[in-house]
Amino acid sequence: MDFSQLLVGGIANGCVYGLVALGFVLIYKATEAVNFAQGDMMMLGAFIALQAVNEDRWGLPFALGLALAVVLMGAISWAIEVAIIRRLFGQPQFAVVILTIALGFVLRFVAGVIWGHEPQTLQTPMAGRQFELGPVSVGYDEAFVILATAALTLLLYLFFARTKLGIAMQAASQNQLAAYYVGVPVKRVSSMIWALSGMLATVAGVLFAAKGSIDPSAGLLGIKAFAAAVIGGFGSLPGALLGGLLIGLVETFAARYGAAGYSQIAPYAIMLLVLVLRPNGLFAQFAQKKV
Amino acid sequence: MKFHFKTSYEQDIRIFEDRAKAGWYGLLALLAAAAPYLLDEYMLGELTLMLIWALAGLGLMLLAGHTGQPSLGHAAFLACGAYMEVWLAERGVPFPISFPLAGLFAGVVGALIAVPALKMSGIYLAIATLAVGIITEDVIILLEDFTGGIGGVYAPSITLLGTDIDRYADGGRPFYWLCLAALIAVNLIYLNILRSPTGRAFVAIRDSEVSARAMGVNVARYKTLAFGLSCFFTGLAGALLAHFLGAFNYEAFLVLISVQMLLMVTIGGLGSIHGAYLGAIVVVFLPQAIVRLREQVAELMGAGNASIPGLDTGVFALVLIAFILIEPTGLYGRWLKIRTFFELFPLYRKDMFKRHKSFLKTERMK
Repeated sequence: MDFSQLLVGGIANGCVYGLVALGFVLIYKATEAVNFAQGDMMMLGAFIALQAVNEDRWGLPFALGLALAVVLMGAISWAIEVAIIRRLFGQPQFAVVILTIALGFVLRFVAGVIWGHEPQTLQTPMAGRQFELGPVSVGYDEAFVILATAALTLLLYLFFARTKLGIAMQAASQNQLAAYYVGVPVKRVSSMIWALSGMLATVAGVLFAAKGSIDPSAGLLGIKAFAAAVIGGFGSLPGALLGGLLIGLVETFAARYGAAGYSQIAPYAIMLLVLVLRPNGLFAQFAQKKV
Repeated sequence: MKFHFKTSYEQDIRIFEDRAKAGWYGLLALLAAAAPYLLDEYMLGELTLMLIWALAGLGLMLLAGHTGQPSLGHAAFLACGAYMEVWLAERGVPFPISFPLAGLFAGVVGALIAVPALKMSGIYLAIATLAVGIITEDVIILLEDFTGGIGGVYAPSITLLGTDIDRYADGGRPFYWLCLAALIAVNLIYLNILRSPTGRAFVAIRDSEVSARAMGVNVARYKTLAFGLSCFFTGLAGALLAHFLGAFNYEAFLVLISVQMLLMVTIGGLGSIHGAYLGAIVVVFLPQAIVRLREQVAELMGAGNASIPGLDTGVFALVLIAFILIEPTGLYGRWLKIRTFFELFPLYRKDMFKRHKSFLKTERMK
């Protein structure tokens, strides 16, 4: 009973990590850059949704507010790519890492100025309601998180495997110059992928906020999602999701059964272990560099 | 404009290019040594902190700037040095022995961490070191016997040549000179490493690992060495920081500090020793400038002293973004350009420092 209850909670947590990790992987797959600000984009998305939905703010219906937040966040991510990231085109990969770290700080600062630093709750129709599934009581929010994640993952998988744009994105990620020669508008594709990843981050943020509260430093959760993406191998969408689930489960169970103090370390310890044993993730995709 | 016509290898690897340069640096050293007589106690404290950050920056510069291995977890090694120094000092080990030992401890830990990190490159290394940086906090709290847990530890004052030295003794002057001496010593070690085969191997690894291997550089060995040396320097900075702070706990080594260190070397200019110093100046004095500016703005607006939490990091991040977009070579790179402009005047061309763009070509198979 206790076990299966924890299992549901862990999976729900893991789905949020997985979704943020999917955002990392998307950008990585298309531009080979790692967006260290993904967690902060998630936080910003959640706050925009909160602004739109909560009674004491704009008080829009939940679905409408969510859609508005997703669209807005997509636009913001697009703008970030066009205004900042694109100008780093052709510079070493590491410049993007530092830049996105700084970007994360800026987003956190902006959110702190607008919404304050106290944790706030997002009012959702799912809050506080639950149903019984055999011996386990599942919260509506947990069910919503799990279903939404499954749907999004399937959608993304189909997008990358089947659509013209998805394949163009893969081409741009493998060889920018060659992709450009065969007619892929590399810059525009990269803007699109940022917008997509911003939308995904918003959904993750709303799911995260629906399960608890949100404050400007919630973006640090992005680092746990990193662990998820690394375990999955960074270039693989299903891998990121699996990694997220693993991290969510390990964290939940470690918090319940492990000694105090050790449970926070558990996700990172697993990540380091994976990096040591399989330096390119569980689903390795690299070959020895050729000259 | 001066032209150096080098006729021997000895001449090529000289630490100072010519007498004039040696003279300028000597003047700077004299000025730095005389600073306690020129500044008040508060500014001297800030200057001491700047020296400590510069020392830590030198450590990270060796790794990130000269070996091309970015580390997002260097606060961990700062912590190693700080806690080891306090632990040894509490057991009565004299400072001249405990100081290098603290650095050595950090260096050994760094080299041990480097062993698995060797297999990683680029972002994986950044993420793994980030994980180390995050775990640091929790590990410090868990190792309560050694680190004092959440309560933290007190650093006893240093006894050197019969006098007590700490941050406040004699207006902080002896401690300032101690930091300055340590920094100059490390800087000389650094310069000598750079002009030795070891330093050349580091730079070769930074520029291209594959080519370095092809030229006979043992990549694994030199990467480990770079990690060890870098962490050694940073550990020394940690030991000094322990005495500077007096009392500290895990909060002095949050992951934000690691990030700040990396930002420091980037703003200063990756790949140059000057960059570590310039970055440290920015890191220490920018918050001061922000406070002054805010007070003035508040006065002008007639409003009270309204403080905005997180303003420092926000402004710091914006400055960093501006640097990466406008001047990726950092403050030192900008200085080089300005100097060249005047040296060549009026023959300077706009794209003299233009770098090759590299376009992405992944090594992923699917």
